[in-house]
Amino acid sequence: MGSSEQDRVWAETQASPEFQDLKRKFRGFAFPLTIAFLAWYFLYVILTAFARAWISTPVIGNINIALILGLLQFASTFLIMWLYERHSSKNLDAASEKIRDKVDKELAK
Amino acid sequence: MSSSTLSTILFALFVAFTLVLVFRAGRSTKKSSDFYDGGGSFSGFQNGLAIAGDYMSAASFLGIAGTIALFGYDGFLYSIGFLVAWLVALLLIAEPLRNSGRFTMGDVLAFRMKQRPVRGAAATSTLVVSVFYLMAQMVGAGALVSLLLGITDPGAKSWIIGGVGILMIIYVTVGGMKGTTYVQIVKAFLLMIGAVLMTFMVLWTFHFNISDLLGAAAEKSGKHAAFLEPGLKFGKEIINPETGLVDAGKTLISKLDLISLGMALVLGTAGLPHILIRFYTVPTAKAARKSVNWAIGNIGAFYLMTIALGFGAAALLSRTNLFRGYKVDVTGCLIDAKGVAIANGSAACTTLENVGTLSADAKKLLVPVDPSGNVAAPQLAEFLGGGQGTTGGAIMLAVIGAIAFATILAVVAGLTLASSSSFAHDLYANVIKRGSVSQEKEVRVAKISAIVIGLIAIVLAIGAQSMNVAFLVAIAFAIAASGNLPAVLYSLFWKKFNTRGAVWAIYGGLASALILLVFSPNVTGAETSLLKLSEVGFRFDYFPLANPGLVSIPLGFFFGWLGTVTSNERNTQKYAELEVRSMTGAALGKAAVH
Repeated sequence: MGSSEQDRVWAETQASPEFQDLKRKFRGFAFPLTIAFLAWYFLYVILTAFARAWISTPVIGNINIALILGLLQFASTFLIMWLYERHSSKNLDAASEKIRDKVDKELAK
Repeated sequence: MSSSTLSTILFALFVAFTLVLVFRAGRSTKKSSDFYDGGGSFSGFQNGLAIAGDYMSAASFLGIAGTIALFGYDGFLYSIGFLVAWLVALLLIAEPLRNSGRFTMGDVLAFRMKQRPVRGAAATSTLVVSVFYLMAQMVGAGALVSLLLGITDPGAKSWIIGGVGILMIIYVTVGGMKGTTYVQIVKAFLLMIGAVLMTFMVLWTFHFNISDLLGAAAEKSGKHAAFLEPGLKFGKEIINPETGLVDAGKTLISKLDLISLGMALVLGTAGLPHILIRFYTVPTAKAARKSVNWAIGNIGAFYLMTIALGFGAAALLSRTNLFRGYKVDVTGCLIDAKGVAIANGSAACTTLENVGTLSADAKKLLVPVDPSGNVAAPQLAEFLGGGQGTTGGAIMLAVIGAIAFATILAVVAGLTLASSSSFAHDLYANVIKRGSVSQEKEVRVAKISAIVIGLIAIVLAIGAQSMNVAFLVAIAFAIAASGNLPAVLYSLFWKKFNTRGAVWAIYGGLASALILLVFSPNVTGAETSLLKLSEVGFRFDYFPLANPGLVSIPLGFFFGWLGTVTSNERNTQKYAELEVRSMTGAALGKAAVH
């Protein structure tokens, strides 16, 4: 298969509704989530820098808001990992494999 | 048997065991390209452990525990940044990178661009980031060994650095990616066992009451509640010595520096070349995703344990012990920063043993030998085993010391592999030989460059023994976030991105980070600078932040955008191919036709 025919396979696949749907499902999930976790992280860093008095308030015994917020960063990281894994295995993997097999078959012609 | 002998034996066992693994990996290597990706056949779980082993450097294990032990809460900020950073890799990088590249970061960056300029830039930034990171690890190895084995002679330290360098050259040249991966898996396993053991013992001591542990640490530190709050190390309130009031300008800069550090930590990881190439060792994007999941699980659990380790060290070890010792002259007298012996009442000389009898004012003159707290974790191990002089203490110290050393060795091997791969695959094969070179020849060049890079790292590390490890690591993270991350993200997700954009993003981000560092207080202007103000008498610290990330990372993105929009080159056709490949894994492992 010549190079220009390969190019045609790539371009047609990219334009196909299946691929556009896959792309939308991936980006629609990963991009907002990235913005959300970065915002949440920088909120934590900014509070650490500029809201010292509040963040130092003890909650239970010697455990203060700063430590709890820090632990929540761990919790949110694990949660996002789990959410993304669930989303991928449910909505992305099968669709992506289907397109891959189709493209590989066409390229092998 | 002393703990240093035991430590040496345990470490020798680790070296012997990993060498066997590496030589077996070397023999089982079939294709020459296995050098780069280990055959691409590791499982997600194996690669997840290897990523954890590659990522958790001495800076993580010793540095974070030490920083928490000395400065309390602020050390925890590192743990959080280093962990959250993995979400960038998980959500945006790991899967598309696995699908669209083969061996190096340059593969993805150059996919739809002119090969030579982009690969040249990718190799340059890979080498710069890796060499800085490498130096930090090797300097750390020297410091660790001298503290654990009691070797302080600079000559002997140089020999140890040399030994580490030669071992890592053997791992990489003989075992390639496969051998290096085995070493990293073994190391990750050992590190987790060591950390779990110590965490359990610390929590046991405090009857599993975290609040009590924190309270004890706060009391012992002498800082009380402030020890559990941010602000002892980062983002401090700066007091003007003349007025006694808070200096608003300097305080703001100190707080911005904290945000800058946070930014470099969270965005640096996904731009580290030695981490990126690990995604090529698994067969599919799904496996790459699984490996990041495993890595996040491991790394997250480990960083949670740094809370127990750091605050445990602060609560259980004496402050004097925590700093291990103070500067002494040849006769064993404690000396101040200027080298003058510290008087103790009528005695002109005070030895280390009776440091406790010094007055509070005299104590302020002491110069800690290890102000970074790098040995807090090994010392905590000794304490938990029963304390100095006990068999249990010696065994624990030896075990944790050997694990720390294994940690360094696994990381330096990963770094050497990343830089020699990029040199051979990007620079030699695609820039110098313009793509017309056999795979065998390319891998031979990679092995030779591993030897050369190893030797350069040895020489640099011996020369840099007095440099601060954290400073070097911070440089590596800031450069990776400024020079690599913008280019990688644009490549994968921005249709218009082109050759000029890629080249400008990489060199622009790289240069911004390096130039700002040169003009930062890290290099001149303070007593903690590389060139001490009192020694050199000049300063050019025009940029006030110690970490350049806050400015250089946005600059990296800006230069990438500017280069792209000022060039007419558009690769719509190649972008279609990249997008389909990166989302689906079609034509995996087959090079693009250029």
